[in-house]
Parts: sequence; C-alpha cells; structure tokens
Amino acid sequence: MDLGTATARISGWGRHPVVNGRMVRPERYHDLAALPGTLARGLGRSYGDAALSQDGTLCSMLRLNRMLAFDAATGVLVAEAGLSLAEIAAQFLPRGWFLPVTPGTKFVTLGGALAADVHGKNHHLDGCISAHVPWLEVFTPAAGLRRCGPEQDPDLFWATAGGMGLTGIIGTVALRLKPVPGPWLEVVHRPARDLDQILELFADPALDAPYSVAWIDCLAKGARLGRSVLMLGRHIAGEPGAPFPASPRFELPCDLPAFCLGAFNVRLFNSVFYRINARKTQPFRSALDPFFYPLDAVGHWNRAYGRRGFVQYQCVLPEASAREGLRRILEAVSSAGSASFLAVLKKLGDAGRGFLSFPIAGFTLALDMPFRGEATLALLRQLDELVLQGGGRVNLCKDAHLGREAFRAMYPRLDAWLAVKRRVDPEGLLTSSLSRRLGLTEGA
Amino acid sequence: MSGAVLILGAGSPMAREAARLLAQRGEALFLAGHDPLELERLAADLRVRWGGRVAVGRFDALDPASHPALFARVLDEFGELDRVLMASGYLGPAPAALEGEEPGRILALNFSGLLPMLGLCAAHFERRGSGVILGIGSVAGDRGRQSNFVYGSAKGGFALWLQGLRNRLHGTGVRVVTFKPGFVDTAMTFGKPGLFLVASPEAAGAALVRALDGGPDIVYFPAFWCVIMALIRAIPERIFKGMKL
Repeated sequence: MDLGTATARISGWGRHPVVNGRMVRPERYHDLAALPGTLARGLGRSYGDAALSQDGTLCSMLRLNRMLAFDAATGVLVAEAGLSLAEIAAQFLPRGWFLPVTPGTKFVTLGGALAADVHGKNHHLDGCISAHVPWLEVFTPAAGLRRCGPEQDPDLFWATAGGMGLTGIIGTVALRLKPVPGPWLEVVHRPARDLDQILELFADPALDAPYSVAWIDCLAKGARLGRSVLMLGRHIAGEPGAPFPASPRFELPCDLPAFCLGAFNVRLFNSVFYRINARKTQPFRSALDPFFYPLDAVGHWNRAYGRRGFVQYQCVLPEASAREGLRRILEAVSSAGSASFLAVLKKLGDAGRGFLSFPIAGFTLALDMPFRGEATLALLRQLDELVLQGGGRVNLCKDAHLGREAFRAMYPRLDAWLAVKRRVDPEGLLTSSLSRRLGLTEGA
Repeated sequence: MSGAVLILGAGSPMAREAARLLAQRGEALFLAGHDPLELERLAADLRVRWGGRVAVGRFDALDPASHPALFARVLDEFGELDRVLMASGYLGPAPAALEGEEPGRILALNFSGLLPMLGLCAAHFERRGSGVILGIGSVAGDRGRQSNFVYGSAKGGFALWLQGLRNRLHGTGVRVVTFKPGFVDTAMTFGKPGLFLVASPEAAGAALVRALDGGPDIVYFPAFWCVIMALIRAIPERIFKGMKL
C-alpha cells in the first residue's frame, strides 16, 4: 500500500524550535526498506531538533511496536524500534524484569533510546542503554538492511548508538532486560546545603547505590548555591502489584500562560520541594514509577512553559573541572533568573563506546529554561563556553542551539562517526535539522 | 466459547488491536492475510506478551481456489473454529475509478473475493448450529458518493450479503454482525485532508471484540456515525445527486 503523507508543524518535546515537515507512518516492517533518507521519529521526547527535519520527511515509528521474541534464560527481548519503554516495563515488571537502563521518562521508543544512547540513574554502574544491546537492525540509506552489534560490524553499531538516527532507520533492537527481585525500590534521601556538600555526598562510598540522582535548586544563590537533595534507590523484593501506570494520570489540556513558571513560582516550588524531600532521610519503600519517572504522571507537562516552549540544557563536566565549572554554570543560570524546576545533577561513570554518545566520566547537570528569545540564546552561548572551558560537552538529544565549532570540540570521535556515515550514506541523503545545524552530515 | 477465532485481513490496524485484546484474554487465534511474514511478527508479539496459541496463514482474496485449503488448515490447527472476523479491505489510490482494472480489484478485495472463504465458514457454522461471523463494512457503503463509490459499492454489496446471510442463518444459532467504521487512524486515512472525528485503532479493536461477544446485528463505530449516516441516507436523491460529498 502506498504510504500516506501528512504535513504538519512539528517540534521536539521542548516545543522549540517548530518546523514544517512531512510525516509517513508505515504499518509493515518491510515498508522501512523503501524510505531511504527518511529520518525516524519515535514519541518525540528529544527536546530540541534531533527528530525534526525542516521541509523534510519523517518516519513515525509508532505502528512498528511489536515484541518479537523473549528469552527468559538470558533476558533478551527482541522488539521493533517503535515499542515504548513504558510498554516493555509494564509487560515485564510483573514477570520480574526491568529495563537495564532507563531515562527520566518511560514515554520514549526503543529506537529513540538507542539513537540518543540514553543513560539513567545507574550510569555509574551500568553505562548507557547501548551497553545492553547485543544487536540491532538498521535500514541504512545506501547499504540496505544491516544487522550490527558490539561483535558484528561494531563500527556501524557504535555509530548508530548515539547517532541521532542519522545512520538509518533503526528497525529492530535486542535488549537485555535486568532481573529484579520485585516491583519496589528502597529509596533514601540526603539533603545537601550547597554544591560542595552534594559533590562530597556523590563521592561518599557509604552512599553507594545502584541508582543515584540529585535534584538541584538552580535558583538558590550565594551560600546556598547548589542546594540539593541526593536521592538513592535500590531494588527490593516485595509483594507484586506495585503501581506502574502505562499512561499519565493527568493531562495538561492546554498551554499555561508563561508567568506560571516565572521565577517567583519556581522559587516557591523549589523551597517546598526541598523542605519535603530533605526530610526523607530514613529509607522508605517506593514503586518504580514515581522514582524513575516523576514527570510522567502529568501528560504534556511541556505545555507548562507556554506557547514559546523551553529548552533543556544538559552538560557533563569531567570530575577535575566539575566543581568550578558547575559553580560558574549555576551562577550564570541563577543570576539570569532563568527559572528551572526539577533540575538534576548526577555523577556519570566512564564513557561508553558510542562515537557520539553523550556520557563521559564526571558530573552531568540538566535543567529546563523557558525560551525567551535572544536572552535565552545569550545564556546558552555563555553556558556552552563554560562547558567547553571545562572540557565537557552538551547532550545532543536535548540540544537545539549548539554551534558547529563548539560541537566539534566537544565530540572528538566525530571523525570515526563520519567514516561510518560515508559508508552507509555516501550521498548524505539522511539528514535532520540537528545534523544540518551541527554540520554533522556535511562532508560525510 | 472455546474454539478459535479466525481473523482474515489480520494485518489491518483494527484487526491487530482486536487480536491483541483477544490474545490477552487467552483466546486461540488464527491470523490470515496476504502478507504472512508481517503476520508472523504480529503472532510473535501476541505470544511474547500473552503466551497464547497463535497460528498464521496466507489468505488471498484474489485466489478463491486457495480458500478451502486455508479453511481446512484452520480446523486442523485448532480442532474447532467458532468465530470469524473478516477485516480484509482495500481502498487503493482511486476508489472511484471508472476504467481499467482498479474497479474490479476493489470489488474483489472488498466483496466478491471474500465470499468463498466466508461461505465455507458459514456452511460450517450452519451445520454445527453455532458461531459468529463478523464482517467489516464501511459507512462508505451506506450511500453512493462521487468521491469513493466503487469502494462504497463493494462495501455496500458486502453489507447486503451479510444481511442476507443473517436472514438465512436466523434461528440456527449463528450470529452475523455487520461492523461499519467511520474514519479510523490507519494507513488508509493517514495524511488525508478533510477527515474529522478520527477514531483510534485501539478503540476500534475494543469495539470489534465487544461486537464479537454480543450485541446488535449492525454496529456503527464510533456510534455517532449511525446518526450521521441516517441523515445522509434521508436526503432525497434529487437533492443528493447535486451534492459534493
């Protein structure tokens, strides 16, 4: 059947930028073979322009979401790339398996998670999602359908994991799930009054936990700069039936006016949030869902930032420069008064093998900022400069504004990636708004 | 009922969702369609998720000679069959073509080509004295319109056939259901301008399963199409013939 084409104004999760584009939505797996030069799009949870193509054609993967095989001996699930992590977890948690790595939302597809090589609260122990993928199938623009993995055509695999969809359409993924004792976590919080203290807590071996993340108050200034709450979790056994909602409990039905997330309200929210969570210093039991996906409870929470949308800025700084770099970044953000709630700080483990994968050993900070035109752009340039000085990098699946030179300096393995891109797409058919902005597909 | 459900045209999104719900409650399924490789992926999905019995076969509306073998395979596979869901259909690029091969193709894929297979099922159910036959028609089959009347006449013809079958099988214990969807969000409608109130295939699948389980002989989905089509049918022909629909 000929695929229908829809035209639409399309954006990422940050709702900025918004571009004109066309979309096809195949319902049969082999339809993917007939779409060279079409950029795959999953649930649209990358924040910036990674899953956009100005005046180009996107391929919605959402109808290709079938589970193809599960091996209970090894935990390996084979599934089509349009399957969401939410569906995987809902299906397998009752059977005693969970995602080996999960980002802060479960509403991402398997293909999107691989293309962004997402990491989670266990990165310091378990690495990125690509570390748990024995193989995948990718429909490349020029080399056809290829199966690759760490053992089979590893160059294509490590260019595809973290490759932002630019080596081809990821069609099928094998993912090694992780056995868990039950659907519960034991969670404990540790408050930190400032940046120095939170960095000490992350380094404290007595606080080692499989999952760790810190919420950080980006509006706190002066002596309170970096005020945060470290949240630690570990899987525990317990009776079945912990809630794992497959859809949001509440939908934000329309855009909120921009003042709702103005500095005053966010300051208020942050104070209350800090007070409530800093107290939970005794271990308590939590279902997986609220620990891993606090924002998933509200559908379309991105509408809270109003019609102009927002940008998420996520950077990582190597440990050596983290203390100084984070201080200067937090100072820049708090003095710009750019409101951000639920900003997170996390210690990352060693870099994986993905040529364009984001994580490197050090500390990563992620924060949301309402988009306010030139003022926001100026702040982003300032932050990029601070990150570059510290030898860090920004996360491409959040980004919408990084410049080419900064990108090249941040991602030294770009040449290895480009070599694969030249092999599987010599004519440069497959591009995205992100790849054109960063010059990723020029000279490929 | 304990026997299996045969789904013809099982690759369609509505049928896919119905199959998912049926598999979830442990029903044995036979998925048939023109693309068995694709159906194998669907069957694998149902087995991984729900662990039930799912078999796959090729159904080709353009090759009626193959239907008896398929029917025999279904019985062979599951021992007994007691419900059939006919979801095969084809809109094509020119649902109002006047010339060439397309009108015949549309008729075969939506109507005439489905009858030999459904006839086998109907005769079997009539002999047994029980069973359900559900055919997917279309609101397009309720009145001929210039935009899609070849497709509409095929769907309308199919609805008449189902109506006659229902009449014949009345009192035998066999139910015959005509399911008439409006716009559903599938490849058939994706990107088409001028559509309104498009329903999700998930909701359509749930409605299909409800209709298989019981309820009225003719089901509009979503239900408000019953009212819309009643109004459209009520327009006098001398006015309707001048309308652009």
